[in-house]
Amino acid sequence: MTRLLFFITLFFCFVNPLQADTASDFDAALEQLKQKNFALKSDAIKIIAVSGNPQARAVLDAMLNGGLFMRKKEKDLVFAQKQGSNYQLTAILTGEDLGQLKKRKMKKVGINNTLRSELRSALALLSLNNPDPNERLAAVNNMLGAIDTVSAATLRDSLENENDSSVQEVMRLGIALSDISSNDKKVRLQAISVLDGNLYPAAWNSLTHLMEKEQDQAIKDAARQALHSIDVKRQMSGIAETLFFGISLGSVLVLAAIGLAITFGVMGVINMAHGELIMLGAYTTYLVQVILPDSPGTALLLSIPLAFLVSGGVGVLIERGVIRHLYGRPLETLLATFGVSLILQQLVRVVISPQNVPVTNPEWMSGSIEINSVLSLTLNRLYIIAFCLLVFAALFFILKKTSLGLQVRAVAQNRAMARAMGVRSERVDALTFGLGSGIAGIAGVALSQLTNVGPNLGQSYTIDSFMVVVFGGVGNLWGTLVAGMTLGIANKIMEPWAGAVLAKILILVFIILFIQKRPRGLFPQKGRAAEG
Amino acid sequence: MGVFRILKDDRGGQMLLLFLSVVTVLIPLLHLLVPESSPFHVTTYGITLFGKYLTYALLAVAVDLVWGYLGILSLGHGAFFALGGYAMGMYLMRQVGDRGVYGDPLLPDFMVFLDWKELPWFWLGFDMFWFAMLMVALIPGVLAFIFGWLTFRSRVTGVYLSIMTQALTYALMLAFFRNEMGFGGNNGLTDFKDILGFNLQDDATRIALFIASAVALAFGYLLCRWIVSSKLGRVTVAIRDAEDRTRFIGYRVEYFKLWVFTISAVLAGIAGALYVPQVGIINPGEFSPLYSIEIVIWVAIGGRYTLYGAVIGALLVNYAKTLLTGVMPEAWLFALGGMFILITLFLPHGIAGLFRRRKPA
Amino acid sequence: MLKSTIKRSMIAAGITASMLFTTAAAAEETIKVGILHSLSGTMAISETTLKDTMLMLIDEQNKKGGLLGKKLEAVVVDPASNWPLFAEKARELVQKEKVDAVFGCWTSVSRKSVLPVFEELNSLLFYPVQYEGEESSKNVFYTGAAPNQQAIPAVDYLMNDLGVKRWVLAGTDYVYPRTTNKILEAYLKAKGVAAEDIMINYTPFGHSDWQTIVADIKKFGAAGKKTAVVSTINGDANVPFYKELGNQGVSAEEIPVIAFSVGEEELSGIDTKPLVGHLAAWNYFMSVDAEVNDSFIEAWQAFTKDDKRVSNDPMEAHYIGFNMWVEAVKKAGTTEAGAVQDAIIGVTVPNLSGGFSAMMPNHHVTKPVLIGEIQDDGQFEIVWETSGLVAGDAWSDYLEGSKDIISDWRAPLSCGNYNVKTAKCSGQNME
Repeated sequence: MTRLLFFITLFFCFVNPLQADTASDFDAALEQLKQKNFALKSDAIKIIAVSGNPQARAVLDAMLNGGLFMRKKEKDLVFAQKQGSNYQLTAILTGEDLGQLKKRKMKKVGINNTLRSELRSALALLSLNNPDPNERLAAVNNMLGAIDTVSAATLRDSLENENDSSVQEVMRLGIALSDISSNDKKVRLQAISVLDGNLYPAAWNSLTHLMEKEQDQAIKDAARQALHSIDVKRQMSGIAETLFFGISLGSVLVLAAIGLAITFGVMGVINMAHGELIMLGAYTTYLVQVILPDSPGTALLLSIPLAFLVSGGVGVLIERGVIRHLYGRPLETLLATFGVSLILQQLVRVVISPQNVPVTNPEWMSGSIEINSVLSLTLNRLYIIAFCLLVFAALFFILKKTSLGLQVRAVAQNRAMARAMGVRSERVDALTFGLGSGIAGIAGVALSQLTNVGPNLGQSYTIDSFMVVVFGGVGNLWGTLVAGMTLGIANKIMEPWAGAVLAKILILVFIILFIQKRPRGLFPQKGRAAEG
Repeated sequence: MGVFRILKDDRGGQMLLLFLSVVTVLIPLLHLLVPESSPFHVTTYGITLFGKYLTYALLAVAVDLVWGYLGILSLGHGAFFALGGYAMGMYLMRQVGDRGVYGDPLLPDFMVFLDWKELPWFWLGFDMFWFAMLMVALIPGVLAFIFGWLTFRSRVTGVYLSIMTQALTYALMLAFFRNEMGFGGNNGLTDFKDILGFNLQDDATRIALFIASAVALAFGYLLCRWIVSSKLGRVTVAIRDAEDRTRFIGYRVEYFKLWVFTISAVLAGIAGALYVPQVGIINPGEFSPLYSIEIVIWVAIGGRYTLYGAVIGALLVNYAKTLLTGVMPEAWLFALGGMFILITLFLPHGIAGLFRRRKPA
Repeated sequence: MLKSTIKRSMIAAGITASMLFTTAAAAEETIKVGILHSLSGTMAISETTLKDTMLMLIDEQNKKGGLLGKKLEAVVVDPASNWPLFAEKARELVQKEKVDAVFGCWTSVSRKSVLPVFEELNSLLFYPVQYEGEESSKNVFYTGAAPNQQAIPAVDYLMNDLGVKRWVLAGTDYVYPRTTNKILEAYLKAKGVAAEDIMINYTPFGHSDWQTIVADIKKFGAAGKKTAVVSTINGDANVPFYKELGNQGVSAEEIPVIAFSVGEEELSGIDTKPLVGHLAAWNYFMSVDAEVNDSFIEAWQAFTKDDKRVSNDPMEAHYIGFNMWVEAVKKAGTTEAGAVQDAIIGVTVPNLSGGFSAMMPNHHVTKPVLIGEIQDDGQFEIVWETSGLVAGDAWSDYLEGSKDIISDWRAPLSCGNYNVKTAKCSGQNME
């Protein structure tokens, strides 16, 4: 709070009056940044922020983003940009190209959390008059956390010149947050009306704060009303949030299970290596990113078909090498594929590494869409929900509308009859298993964006996937979709009051009891195929 | 004698019983009489290790009873094993008394640790050996009975049943991991001191436990053999091969299944109870679905529908594991995984199938 | 027929018995060192690194001429993240392989599982991971941090330097987080933090869906007071946790997270750009500015043939522990466990942060405490460190049950669990 006040006073008193003096201050401050002590650095930042030097912004920005280095030999500060394995250097004042240097020959100007938020505040103030409304919005938002009469006055001044409505709104909120502790009843009432129904956390906090010490009944009533409307909105957002969490967890379950819905559901193979096929997909993503280190987004998109091919290929190999010999002995496929899963896991440990490997989230998948101050939908989850539906639709199309799908269903329903009709059942078996495995690989690409990519990735998903497929009804794609979503949402509804573990236990108990009622899942298969 | 009648047509069983009687005599003798320098000396390490294998073998026999003869592929027998183990662990924990780290006469260390003020009700009675032994049989038995009663009556079969048993053990694993449950959470129960007043680290106690395991395996085997060669056993095989037909003939299929399933669970519980004092720890990891799958694999490798095959499988796989994790720590999973695949492909009747002359009924 | 049956059983029994025989006594010219770290299963992610570290240390010692004129020989086994198997393998190492010391274990449960074995056979175990304390065995040397070497200084830093007033204690549901959080809760309350300003949350191992919990933390942190998360979340669950934090926009400036189980190794599996500024407390960071550290890293990267390979705190613990053992063996002139136990107390060796660590009479070591902030390159920037060394405290002063207990393995006390009030030594497994 005092920090901000300090900036603001300095900012408005000292802009540009003594160019020469601040210039030498600027140099001295740069010198001070080389110190190890964070308090000294903090002082230097304050001086740079108000120096009015045209490079001030660039220096603070570079410092915040870890682009400010000290050359060990020359002992001077430079901007450094990573280029391959070296760093490209630029002089701070002149912008002169200083060539390239190894990282070991330099020392980064380190910052800590306190400095980081100071830097942000300083940059925010430098941005309050920025032509870009988004920058201004960020600047005002940055001020909201510590509003007081002085910063409110600043906002009042800026509000007059502001023409962007969303920035205006936040500015008004900031002013109201300050006005609510005014001595004038009217001003307080006015402030309450601004805060009424506002979901910004500070609004609720300052209203409850007001309720505690307010004497005036009318104002108290107004504040209570305002709080109530905030609470109602919060509850609505809470419900929407839970639903979103549930659907996103559900889509993860569906993605993981849908490949199994083919290999287990349609072919009856108890595929314990299912999780490892997912894992292979995730590792494919990693490897593609290693090959294309500078464009993680392209790598991610590229790895979708590649993961399908890799996992699908391994699936075909498993089918040709092992499962082919075990048709008619479904329970024994469990044993053999369990062996396969052990081998695949250890293979990854030996060939790649027993440690987890890093998979980068591309820029467009990070962050969230803010619906309001308490409800924001994370982008990666939104993408995964969409991706899940897409995969489901594609699979549905393949099974229902293509000739391969027709053959797959024919073989699943009556192998002998299908063969008699000229279907090459062996080829269909291999392709079906490959298809299911490939889909598992695609699921791995999606999971790599959410969780660890390591040798154990698949294990936990194997069991969850079996639960989903069995709950939905073996051999029914819709069942898998509905089951995954139901379990996801139910889990998220229970989690806040039961805790994560108990919620999961309750779900399992529910599945066990449910199967007693409907021994063949939500959508039982009908007819002769059900007997097989 | 009854034993001979039961084993009349069972060459494998005869061999097994002979084998067990030989090792129960031979191994303690080799340990006690042969000097340590001799290559024929068996260390305490060897004895507890083999004792552990024998409890696994009993567990495998229990699984073979329901899988081989009833067609129920249980992926949750580890749960019954672990419950029996926990019952024994609770008894051993109560025996520690005030010799624990915090010296509390009543509460086990982990409860003092978590600020529990009094013993939870479900720990009462476990200071008495007979009560604990009753629970070893009762808890897995009752759980299996309730689970079976629900499941078999609503005719859940095949893969669905397997996955439900898996859900059962998975749910139990998660529950036992919770520290609030009062079973020591992830650490489980450990640091036992003595059993019936005998120090667990004494050689004599170890040998006694080893012999007890061998005897339990022998009796467990005889019981299962008796069940499967009685009328009950023939009905179960009928159920396995054609459940509907058996039902139409007039047998109450679900009752037969229920009883055999319950007996099998009790046997698994006893195996667990013998396992715990020999390895010195019981923790929720034993409920892990993967372990339960492994048990099924022992049976498959040894050869299902023979009972003695289960014993062979359990001994072989676990010995291979002990050996390989020491000899080739980086690559043993390849060997084990490869073994699973090859045996499933080329020895569909397991190792026991090599000895067998006639096809199973 | 019966005869042949008997014969066959005898052969089978003979084979079985022969499987159990000890191999011929170990060749005399080497000193065997056991390495008991999981190379498969869930813990392989963390533990394989430590196995490699030990192999490197043993290799280097041999280059220096071995120990007592003999070469060191590493015996590696895989306990496969299976706790009972840990006990079995420990017994195999000590009884069958006849190793002179074992370096191993990661989780508390694995240590608890092998503890009776080491006490019974009177052998030595060096345990390199930070843990919950409340234990001091004659046969175990704890070279990782006790809670007072990690958790308490970290909380002090947050309270004094960052002005944190509201606390989320988030952990995985097992004994280390439970105990640490209990100690921290008592500590915070003693410092005047109100109960409603502390939120405690436990999640299962490998928890991967953090949406609800992160949203809760966000709500808890929106109450107007500076909030921080103290995380004892275990290894695998961290990546999805941090990813969710980043995506829900919880930045380190708003709600910093300080972790006790996240090091360079864990970060090498994450894209750290959204995490910059979150904290961790350890006794060692790879970024420590010390010559001994540089040469250690160089040797490590050469040994693993990977110039991007990171080092971390438990590796340093093994480094300290191994060197202490070597020194103690030299001092005692023998590898016999009893002599080494006596000799090792007071042994001082260089640690990797440029100072020295000493083995205390309670079998814990002295270490500096460092707090680092995560950087975008997966390294830590050290933002705070204790002025001197902190000695590990086996029994926490903030827990009701253990504040009167001390541990001192020197004669005449020779007790790991001595109650100063009742003057009783309890909970020991040897006579």
